[in-house]
Amino acid sequence: MPAFIENIAFLQEGPFAIPRWEALFTNIDVIWQGALVTLLVASLGLVLALVLGTVIGVMSTSHWKIPRAIARVYVEFFQNTPLLIQVFMLYNAIPLLYPGLFIPVIVIGIMGVGMYHGAYIGEVVRAGIQSIGRGQLEAALSQGFSYIGTMRYVIIPQAMRIVLPPLTNQAVNLIKNTSVIAIIAGGDLMYAGDSFAGRYGHYGPTYVVVGLIYFMMCFPLAVLTRRLEDRTRAA
Amino acid sequence: MIELIGVSKHFGLHYALKDINLQVPTGQKLVIIGPSGSGKSTLIRCINMLEKPSAGQVIIDGVDITAHRAPVAKVRQEVAMVFQQFNLYPHKTVLENVSLAPIVVCGISKEEATESALKYLDRVGLAEKADQYPAQLSGGQQQRVAIARALNMHPKVMLFDEPTSALDPEMIQEVLEVIIGLAHSGITMLVVTHEMGFAKEAADRVIFIDDGSIIEDGTPEHFFENPQHDRTKLFLSKILR
Repeated sequence: MPAFIENIAFLQEGPFAIPRWEALFTNIDVIWQGALVTLLVASLGLVLALVLGTVIGVMSTSHWKIPRAIARVYVEFFQNTPLLIQVFMLYNAIPLLYPGLFIPVIVIGIMGVGMYHGAYIGEVVRAGIQSIGRGQLEAALSQGFSYIGTMRYVIIPQAMRIVLPPLTNQAVNLIKNTSVIAIIAGGDLMYAGDSFAGRYGHYGPTYVVVGLIYFMMCFPLAVLTRRLEDRTRAA
Repeated sequence: MIELIGVSKHFGLHYALKDINLQVPTGQKLVIIGPSGSGKSTLIRCINMLEKPSAGQVIIDGVDITAHRAPVAKVRQEVAMVFQQFNLYPHKTVLENVSLAPIVVCGISKEEATESALKYLDRVGLAEKADQYPAQLSGGQQQRVAIARALNMHPKVMLFDEPTSALDPEMIQEVLEVIIGLAHSGITMLVVTHEMGFAKEAADRVIFIDDGSIIEDGTPEHFFENPQHDRTKLFLSKILR
């Protein structure tokens, strides 16, 4: 070991000591497995959030009161309570309501982040729909399109171009928020890191590496967001 | 046959239309003239229920489209509209603009809808623009595409809501020529316009609307040469200088 490293005190003892790094890298497969679970939960959660968000967004712009009200309640509920509590409730309340029903933790994680970000994406989609001029709605209706058909073929394809930057931003938040499933032993990156670090107290190196892996997942999306914003501005 | 019985429309306290009674026989070319804010656009928009009348009935070929649970979408397939601002679908090519509704709404096969779309694009002189996007076209060309889009629904009625008002002067003629060409077909046409030359050339009948009421109703000759009402005379004196 080079001499100058021996002179760096925080690498000799304490949370970032070199043996802790060595221990982490000999067990790094545990971390990678967690990362895979996180990717799985994030991608399926994003699909669920996009579907829910589109439905909620369309409902919020409907001219009928009832779907608008349902969408409002949904959005306010999921935006104004902590995701942590929502996931906890999904995990603990479903078995109480439906005894015997077993839902894998990963599915609970997907539902949790999907429903939570569905509310945010619903607001993004609503703003996107409302940014499309009334003339488009009228043109489609005047050709005999139904309300749903108007949305599907005319409004949403145009709104999607506008909402793509805020949507990728939501995807970044969704990836980070999958970490809350660690509290229900979700087997994700945060959980893998936590349980490994907790066993021997290797918190320092583990959180650095886990943080870096989250960064590697999110940063490309953040770059994409900025590119899309530039493109939208140019258009 | 289009029939309006006692149609009123108010926005808050403002009455845009007051107790309109109007019959438009099949095949008639009706031009609707009036000062801005007179209610002429509201009138034409009530005929395809883009505005819902506050009172009265709109009956198209025997179907009361103001009735509860009326088949409005079905009737709209036969009552095409051309808008002042064109309202083409910007994310679709010219060809897709013209063929989208026939495919999705009417369930016509893609081949058939494309073939007839190209036929109508050719008729408005824009077949070579089929693969471009609306933003690549001039205003006059966009409006001609909008007319082809309306025609490809094979409508019985065509509604034109100030089709040349948003155009640069040098493009008005190319659009009017297409509309005049249509006027020689059997289709029923209602045209809200400020183009008096067009009214003289293409209309069977002219109505003048002021302050939400029809105050003049007759042939173009009657309207331009022998108007009855002082307000009509005043309007014409301002416009025909």
